[in-house]
Amino acid sequence: MLKILNIGMNHETAPIELRERLASESDNTLKALASMREIDVVKEGLFLSTCNRVEALFITEEAEEARRSVVSLMSKLGGIRAEEFLTCLYVFEDMDAVKHVFNVASSLDSMVLGEPQILGQIKEAYAQATNQKTSGVILNRLMHRAFHVAKRVRSETDICGAAVSISYAAVELAKKIFHVLEGKKVLLIGAGEMAELAARHLLSNGVSSVMVANRTFDRAVEVAERFNALPISFDEIGSQLLDVDIVITSTASPEYVITRPQVKKSLRKRRNRPIFFIDIAVPRDVQPEVNDLNNVYLYDIDDLKGVIELNMAQRQEAAVKAGRIVEEEVIKFEKWLKTLAVVPTIISLRNKAESIIRAEFVKSNSALGKLTPVQYEAIETLTRSIVEKMLNDPIVFLKGKAGRSTLNTYLDLTTKLFNLDDLDALPQGEKLMGKSVR
Amino acid sequence: MAPLWFNAALCFELLATGGFIVFIIKQEKWIFRCSYWVLVTGFLFHTIFLAYRYYLLGAAPILDLKSALSFFAWSIICVYLIVQSRFKLMVLGSFVAPFAAFLMIISSAMPWTEVTVKPLFKSLWLTIHVGTIFIGDALLAIAFLAAIMYLIQEYQIKQKRLGAIYSRLPSLATLDKINYYSIIYGFPFLTVGMITGSVYAQYALGSYWQWDPKEAWSLISWLFYAALLHQRIAVGWQGRRAAIMAIICFSVLVFTFVGVSLLMGGYHSFSSMGVR
Repeated sequence: MLKILNIGMNHETAPIELRERLASESDNTLKALASMREIDVVKEGLFLSTCNRVEALFITEEAEEARRSVVSLMSKLGGIRAEEFLTCLYVFEDMDAVKHVFNVASSLDSMVLGEPQILGQIKEAYAQATNQKTSGVILNRLMHRAFHVAKRVRSETDICGAAVSISYAAVELAKKIFHVLEGKKVLLIGAGEMAELAARHLLSNGVSSVMVANRTFDRAVEVAERFNALPISFDEIGSQLLDVDIVITSTASPEYVITRPQVKKSLRKRRNRPIFFIDIAVPRDVQPEVNDLNNVYLYDIDDLKGVIELNMAQRQEAAVKAGRIVEEEVIKFEKWLKTLAVVPTIISLRNKAESIIRAEFVKSNSALGKLTPVQYEAIETLTRSIVEKMLNDPIVFLKGKAGRSTLNTYLDLTTKLFNLDDLDALPQGEKLMGKSVR
Repeated sequence: MAPLWFNAALCFELLATGGFIVFIIKQEKWIFRCSYWVLVTGFLFHTIFLAYRYYLLGAAPILDLKSALSFFAWSIICVYLIVQSRFKLMVLGSFVAPFAAFLMIISSAMPWTEVTVKPLFKSLWLTIHVGTIFIGDALLAIAFLAAIMYLIQEYQIKQKRLGAIYSRLPSLATLDKINYYSIIYGFPFLTVGMITGSVYAQYALGSYWQWDPKEAWSLISWLFYAALLHQRIAVGWQGRRAAIMAIICFSVLVFTFVGVSLLMGGYHSFSSMGVR
């Protein structure tokens, strides 16, 4: 009986040092796949290695032996003794493994719930497995279903919906105010990692220009160089308020850098065009009362954190729904897997029919005389449809019994009834197999 | 026949309203598509109803409040379908359809009256006068709805309540744009409607302007909208203030449309039109 096994570690079960050692080199996946091919008991295999997880997924008949081999493979790969990381490993079998793969692909098992990169990483891992020819009938189907599940989860739930980082939340808010960011101007006051990240996200969303102001002009020049921005002096802020659309502040200044009267004064000259302040600084740089002005929107760091918490809660909610989708798909996959048991019998049934047709054609060849290609084709179609129709009911019956406890009795009966045991492999076998499995 | 078409239109428009409300809660695209086409179907029935009535009466079917409300509902849906093709804003339907359905429900609650149409009303001028006024009113109604949506969304953003309502409503810039364009296009229609009305009055009553209450109030609402446009274009009003002003203007317009007709008499009032 074939088993689906999944052995791995993720951000929850293993410390980063351990994951790093297993994922350190970029060609580790190829190495792992190559050695998996060497292991006899592993029929099909796939190796996934990202910064948050290292996993081997494989199909085997000898679960215990294959497991030991894969663990020793991992220990060789990372240069770590197996005892050192055994406790960090999780092992899933059969439907649990399928469920885990679906969960991972749908980003339900990720550190940041719903993050989109993991699907790409899995697709990459699968591409490598197909390139190395370590993937077969079951893994092909399993991975394609996993991609399908991920797509469903993404389109049917809000799991990837709202932003869960400060800078993305700021971009989303800006879009709710300005609709499009093309042609909008950003002023960055002060510098800091988070502020720069926000500016970068705004730029990649179409913002046309960024200006950087700093107490020390040299520092402004330095930051501005990093994303092709225009450095301005601190005194110019007032005049730039007439022109810019989005202001990000993150100075270490103890008092307000931007005050309500200052903004109010600029509004009329701005002809009431909306302006959006993102205040990442602690203590705050923008006077909170600025938010009360018409067409002025102010979000400080706490507001943005509030937004993120809300969005995180939304994702958790979506994850419950996503879990249902995964369960549903696991059941579907299980059904398919069970029909696999029927496939060999169906193939031999078809092969037998095919060989009879061939033999009878040879026998009747002399009696039929000379046939035109059209006539020949007509006879071939005729015989084939008779055989197809004869076989259809038994095949449907067998497929219907897939997954039942009585299946083996019926398979035996079919084998005896049609005398399928002494059938040699026919050249058509390959072609037929492809057809019936699909 | 006429009540049949009317009821068909009413049913489909109510159904579409239900669909649009479900859409704004569930946010599933197919619900929007279904509701949209149900609304289009209702609109077609409505059009048949109006055409049939026009054919029966030989005059624009707006001579009693029941017909006027139904014609207004038709105009709003008509304008919505045009705006929708331009802005592709799915959530707008969830505001427009209930508004139109509301008018239709009031209209349907009123009794059918047999009107003998005065020969005076069998004029193309009346049709043009009423047609342009109603299309203008409908555009201004869309502006009103966009203004309400704007204020709701602005409140959400200012109060930092970024929940279900926030995610369902479009961006502030979009709402402001819809408000602006609806008024920019609605205002000329209103103007043309008033001019053709006055030409028609000259032709039918022998005087361009008689200070009939409806005329006076139309002028007042026209001035309100003119002021709003001036503030928007010359002073650069936008956003909240423009939205509030659009709502005030529309209230004046509604009073002109319904209040004056019912309360103040004059030759525009429905009671003077329906001669039994």
